[in-house]
Parts: sequence; structure tokens; C-alpha cells
Amino acid sequence: MMDYQSLLTDCIRDIKPSGIRRFFDIAAEMDDVISLSIGEPDFKTPWHVRQEGIHSLEKGHTHYTSNSGLLSLREGISSYLNRRFGLSYRPKDEILVTVGGSEAIDLCIRSVISSGDEVLIPEPSFVCYEPITRLAGGTPVIIETKAENQFRLTPQELKEKITPKTKLLILPYPNNPTGAIMRREDLEGIAQVLRETNILVLSDEIYGELTYNQNGHTSIAQIDGMQERTVLVSGFSKAYAMTGWRLGYLCGPAPLVAAMTKLHQYAIMSAPTTAQYAAIEAIRNGDEDIVHMRDEYNMRRRLLVDGLNRLGLSCFEPEGAFYCFPSIQSTGLTSEEFCEQLLYTQHVAVVPGTAFGGCGEGFVRVSYCYSTNHLIEALHRIERFIEDHKGRKSHA
Amino acid sequence: MDKLLKLLDENARLTNAQLASMLGMTEQDVADKIKELEKDGVIRGYKPIVNWEKAGRECVTALIELKVTPKRDLGFDEIARTILAFDEVESVYLMSGGYDLAVTVNGKTFQELAMFVAKRLSPLDSVLSTATHFILTRYKERGIALNDVPTDERRFFEL
Repeated sequence: MMDYQSLLTDCIRDIKPSGIRRFFDIAAEMDDVISLSIGEPDFKTPWHVRQEGIHSLEKGHTHYTSNSGLLSLREGISSYLNRRFGLSYRPKDEILVTVGGSEAIDLCIRSVISSGDEVLIPEPSFVCYEPITRLAGGTPVIIETKAENQFRLTPQELKEKITPKTKLLILPYPNNPTGAIMRREDLEGIAQVLRETNILVLSDEIYGELTYNQNGHTSIAQIDGMQERTVLVSGFSKAYAMTGWRLGYLCGPAPLVAAMTKLHQYAIMSAPTTAQYAAIEAIRNGDEDIVHMRDEYNMRRRLLVDGLNRLGLSCFEPEGAFYCFPSIQSTGLTSEEFCEQLLYTQHVAVVPGTAFGGCGEGFVRVSYCYSTNHLIEALHRIERFIEDHKGRKSHA
Repeated sequence: MDKLLKLLDENARLTNAQLASMLGMTEQDVADKIKELEKDGVIRGYKPIVNWEKAGRECVTALIELKVTPKRDLGFDEIARTILAFDEVESVYLMSGGYDLAVTVNGKTFQELAMFVAKRLSPLDSVLSTATHFILTRYKERGIALNDVPTDERRFFEL
């Protein structure tokens, strides 16, 4: 008999499975669940983009591409980053096309982190940074961002966690799950702390295009002196509704990109070819699609934020991504209790804030990548839940 | 203004409060705008999209192609106005191409519609010819699929 447990490394064994598995099982038993718990666009990939994927297949482009990705795609990414953010990256050796933003994150962490290195991770945030750091032998150092700072990372919080072992700062903005963004002046403050150090920034800007304030998204790479110490990670999934195509990219200093390309070459070979051809079309001619989808998300965002605030689930204004992060403290419930009871009694699924780090306690993540009608119905149900809960509380 | 109309076009039952939230306006502003749009005749009415088959009502619709003689000075407007005044008529469009007016007509039975064409439409002075096409199945009406419920193939939970 094989003893599989003894085959596994301590590290992989110690990684906890996702905290929301339990909710998934409960919801699977119900047939009228309204879900507000997904992190991907409801839009389909714009037709002209899909068509380019189809054309590439018709023409027989079914082989590997160069390890770094098609040069014309890297050129497209370079010119996009230039026209949108005034950044300049050389297509030849400063851009690598990856399998989603996720692979880019993995490559970056594994290329720079080894045993004893510390990685600063602001939380609440997406769930992959910590396990990947651990797998690389590094030590995750959590920075708990606060609701009163609108979940932005402050220079002070950053400074307090820096040690001689600190090698990498993850900068996950616009943020999943909070919807927080870092404005230019916030980034200036972070830059000021980092400029004197040898700390690298992994800036996960996958939601960059989904920023709803007037100035739009600012990348930390735009701040003076920061491009040379930043690996910018982004991709096509959120901006162009291309989650299933699995295509992202990273941009950074050539010596780092060369190292990450080695890892990518051995682990992945190259990103999917069909997706790369479709992405060329997206990045060249997809600006209008982004505007259209962003406008749509923005209306839903306002509807949901207003709706939740009206129900007493106070919600700071999320300026990015497609999530709200309301406080549920007025109910007296923990995040997990709130989500579980809401699911059992009203069949509405939202994600406990604690799934994104301990400091998410007292909050839940509500996604608005759903139709208005879906959101309105969900708000009705949440309202019933709050009323019933109040009733029960005053009864007790 | 455009955004307000677009939202109402998608769902005319959104409340003023919901519209106000989505558009970043006050409820009063929304109410005023809608009133203005109604007064100016930009918004002509609000109707649900009904799957009558499901509602259990017998209903037949025909699309009738009409060739007509336009009148001097009045063009097609006069005959179009005459036709749109019939209660049975749901829509009247002036068309480019092989015929002039496209008219959709509702009735309870095929017989009823046939009689309407024979007795009311065809005898009109300007009408040269008619071709009646009965609608057999309605799949989609004003952007909404009547029978297919859209499915969400996304996974249920995702972080």
C-alpha cells in the first residue's frame, strides 16, 4: 500500500484548503441560491476578440509560441501600458506573457524568495500570496490594513514591518476583496519608504482597468524611481472578461524577467497560443469594451453600495475591482456566522471576510459581477435577513 | 439622460431610488427627468414583455407585408396612420426593399387575423397587395428570450 501522506512535503500538507469549501457544499444542496460570491466578470469575451481566437485556429496557429509569448502580443502590451499609464517596457526583454496573472505571481515570488526571506503581504487580499511564499520557503509577514484607512496600505504600517530579511512587498491594488485602491499620493508615500531599500514590489494590478474614480488607475511603476524596483503583474481576465483564456503578463527589470522566463520555460513552456492571438486583438482594439464594461460595473457598484448602506451594513466606497466589503458588525455576528445564516435562511451566498485574512473579520465580500436584477433580488433577500435577525435579537 | 433611458429600456420597473443610486443622481432629479421625458413624448409607455403562451391566452400574431401607393404630399404617412388606428395592429413600420409597410397584427385565432386582412386591410384604397406571414414561435422579444432562462456557467464560489 502506498503511503501518500509520507510522499507529500510538510509544506504542501500544511497549506490549508480554501475556507469557503464548506459554504460551497451547503449551497450545492439548494436550488435557488443567489450567489454574490464570484470573482469573475459576467460578460462574455467581446466578440471581435473571440473571433481572432477562432481565426488563429482556422489558420492553423496551433503550435507553441516563443517562451516569452508572441512578440506582437508583447509589443501590444508595451504600447498599451504606454498609452494608458505612460510606462515604457521593452517588449523584447522586459515583458513575459503568462498563464493568467496567477502564474505571474507564482513566478515572481518563486524567483526571488528562498528560505528565510520575508514577504510583506497586506491583508485582506487575494488568497494565493501566502501559500506561494511558504512553498518557496519564505516567511509571509502580514500587514493588516484597516477600514478606517479604507484598507489602503499606509507608509507607517509598511515601515513597521520591514526587517533586514524583507525582500518583497506584495501590493494588491485595486484590491480583492475590499475594492480599495491606492491613489497616486498613497503610492508616493509607499515609494518614499521603499526607495532607500533593496525591496522589490510585486504590484498585482489585475483589476487596474476597473477603477471608478475620475483619475483612473495609477501604477506604482509610474512613481519616480519605482519602475526599477517593481514587477507589474496584470492580465486579460478582468479587464476584457477573458478569465477562461488564462492569459496574463508580468513586466519588470530585464534581469528579473530573464530569471522568471527560465522558470516559466521549464514549468509552462508558453502561454496558450489561441489565447495569445485573441489577446493581441483585445489589447489593440479593446479599449472601448473596457469602458463599456466599466460603466456597467460602476452602475451596479453604486446600486449595491447604496443598498447595503441603507440596510445598515456600512460600506466604505470601493473605488476599484468589482467587490464591496461591507461591515456586518451591526448584526453582532461573526463573518462566518453571517454568511452561513444568510445562506441557510435566504439562500444568498457571500464570502466571509476572514477568507482573505484574519483582519477580514467583521466584513463580508459581496461581488457585483451580476445583472442588476440579480443584485436587486439579492438586496431584497439580505434586507429580509437583517429584519428577521433584528426581530430574533430583540425577542431574545 | 441616455443612461437613464438605457436603464429603463432594460428594466422599466427599476424604482427611482434604484435609478438614482446607479446614476449618481438624487431621487428627485430622476423623477423630474422621467416626467420630462414623458412630457416630451420621448417615453411613450411602459409594458411588460409577456409570454402569452405561458399565460394561457390564445394569441396569434401575423407579420403582414403591404405594398401601397403613396399619396402626393402625404407620402406613406396617411395610409400608415389609417392602419395604426386599428386596435388589432401592434406595430407599423415603413420599410426599405421589396415592400412598403410591415404591419404586425394580433388576434385570437388564425381565422380572425385572416378576416382582418381580408376585410379591413386589403380593401383600403392605397393598398396594392398584402402577404401575410403567421408567427409560429416567439423565441425572443425586445431583447429578452421568452423561454430560455439564461444560465450562469460560472462556478459558484470563487476567491
